[in-house]
Amino acid sequence: MAAEAKAAPVLAREGSTDIHEQTKGSKSVKWLLIALSVLFLFVMLVLPLITVVSEAFKKGFSSYTEAISADDTQSAVWLTLEATVIAVIINTVFGLFAAWAVTKFRFKGKKLLVTLIDLPVTVSPIIAGLIYVLTFGRQSAIYPFLEAHDLRVVYAVPGIILATVFVTFPFISREVLPVLEAQGTDEEEAAAMMGAKGLTIFRKITLPHIKWALLYGIVLCAARAMGEFGAVSVLSGHLRGQTVTLPLQVEILFGDNKYVPAFAVSSILVVLAVILLILRSIVEYIGKRKGQR
Amino acid sequence: MKKKVRIIPGFGLSMGVTLTLLGLIVLIPLASLIVFTAKMSFSDIIEVITRPRVVASFRVSLLTALIASLVNAVMGVVLAWVLVRYDFPLKRLLDGMIELPFALPTAVAGISLTSLYADSGFMGKLFGKFGIKVAYTRFGIIIALIFIGIPFVVRAVQPVLEKLDPLYEEAAGILGASRTKIFWKIILPELRPAIFTGFGLAFGRCLGEYGSVVFIAGNQPFETEITPLIIMSELQEYDYSSATAIALVMLAAAFLILFLVNLIQIHNSKILKGGH
Repeated sequence: MAAEAKAAPVLAREGSTDIHEQTKGSKSVKWLLIALSVLFLFVMLVLPLITVVSEAFKKGFSSYTEAISADDTQSAVWLTLEATVIAVIINTVFGLFAAWAVTKFRFKGKKLLVTLIDLPVTVSPIIAGLIYVLTFGRQSAIYPFLEAHDLRVVYAVPGIILATVFVTFPFISREVLPVLEAQGTDEEEAAAMMGAKGLTIFRKITLPHIKWALLYGIVLCAARAMGEFGAVSVLSGHLRGQTVTLPLQVEILFGDNKYVPAFAVSSILVVLAVILLILRSIVEYIGKRKGQR
Repeated sequence: MKKKVRIIPGFGLSMGVTLTLLGLIVLIPLASLIVFTAKMSFSDIIEVITRPRVVASFRVSLLTALIASLVNAVMGVVLAWVLVRYDFPLKRLLDGMIELPFALPTAVAGISLTSLYADSGFMGKLFGKFGIKVAYTRFGIIIALIFIGIPFVVRAVQPVLEKLDPLYEEAAGILGASRTKIFWKIILPELRPAIFTGFGLAFGRCLGEYGSVVFIAGNQPFETEITPLIIMSELQEYDYSSATAIALVMLAAAFLILFLVNLIQIHNSKILKGGH
């Protein structure tokens, strides 16, 4: 009887003309590939996260809170927030204007403009730092001017902020641009012909279309900005409590063999990264449903 | 001459803001690199970039980035396949996790991987049983670069795989082709441009990567010293000419990769747009 029960599904499959069943391939291949994927992501992504948490709490809860509440860490949190917020604001303003200019008008050199906007992400962060050192550092032509007005960029907060803006420069325009492109110009043209002003057109017609793409770009921009390391490292000078962002604080502590504090500070960044990832998924989900992504 | 009439307002303002910010943030700093290079003599540049230690760093960077991107190309196809074609519990979680390397600061990834793969770490012990050292070797650099490059190939292949018409696979199946043959002869050729695009983007990113690598590499000259690290140490010694010369080589490599990726992408978007 058991043999009969076993034989039945096999017969059914052989007799079946369901092509979909056949193209899906065998069950064993499916589960093998799923197992491989899960194992790969577990080892490469989940284990590092677990490591951060377990190392941070290795010496108990009190040394964790001690590391988090240290003055240097607190000032690093504020500097990271400052740089991230400024980068998001500047790049949002830029992204909206650039996307509007590129998608609503015809002009020569549009391709070149789009290529130049995307340039910063293809440049190594170390080179991003280097070009700002060359622009504002001691050997630069404008250094005497900066000196005379007591403006410091290299090894100071403005340098850190500029580097952060640079590495995240195209993040928002890149998300908004394709949505505006797909939407076309008909609605804006109609509104303009009926006498609507630029800001009204943007607020009433364009913004509702790009809302979710814009939010998506902001989330990506914030995630990258708070974690930027290479470019900021070149321009920071590592003055503790003054020009040290959270990732740099992690580097300093790890270099001093202060592993528990280094991982405790890292855990702040992990929490922020996971929050931003969840936000990203939510924004993407809603955006897709509304056809904006 | 007829003046073009623009119905939508705001051309002047939006172009003005765009060009001003682009100029201030991107173009002027990049121009200063060109100005600084122009002051250097060609033979000086050649002298710097042919130093044995610098050449060794090019080799380490290229080799590790290449291996890491190849691993990611294979795993990227597997992951994209699993996420598009199969249904299983927690699939959405897996999908969301792919972006983690973009969101997690590289320094955090760096120290975490270092402690994980050091001799006393969980993975370090595991590899140690087979006599393999990971942290502070080139293998360690490759691990860090694999971490950084995971999202690129997956995210390039996923949309193409989603749009791929199952009709051809079904036809091949009816004609008696095996699953393996269908994959190699029908599916893979369609995915190839996307795989190359993702591979190229990952490779470019890996060449310039700094944060996640410095901790795990050990930074031994000639052995585990990557090119961005050499630029960093030249900058710390205020040797801006050497740093600039080496940076020029890296920029040239980055632009070459970007150019090739763009060529492939033009081909790729034809497939995406013409798919249905």
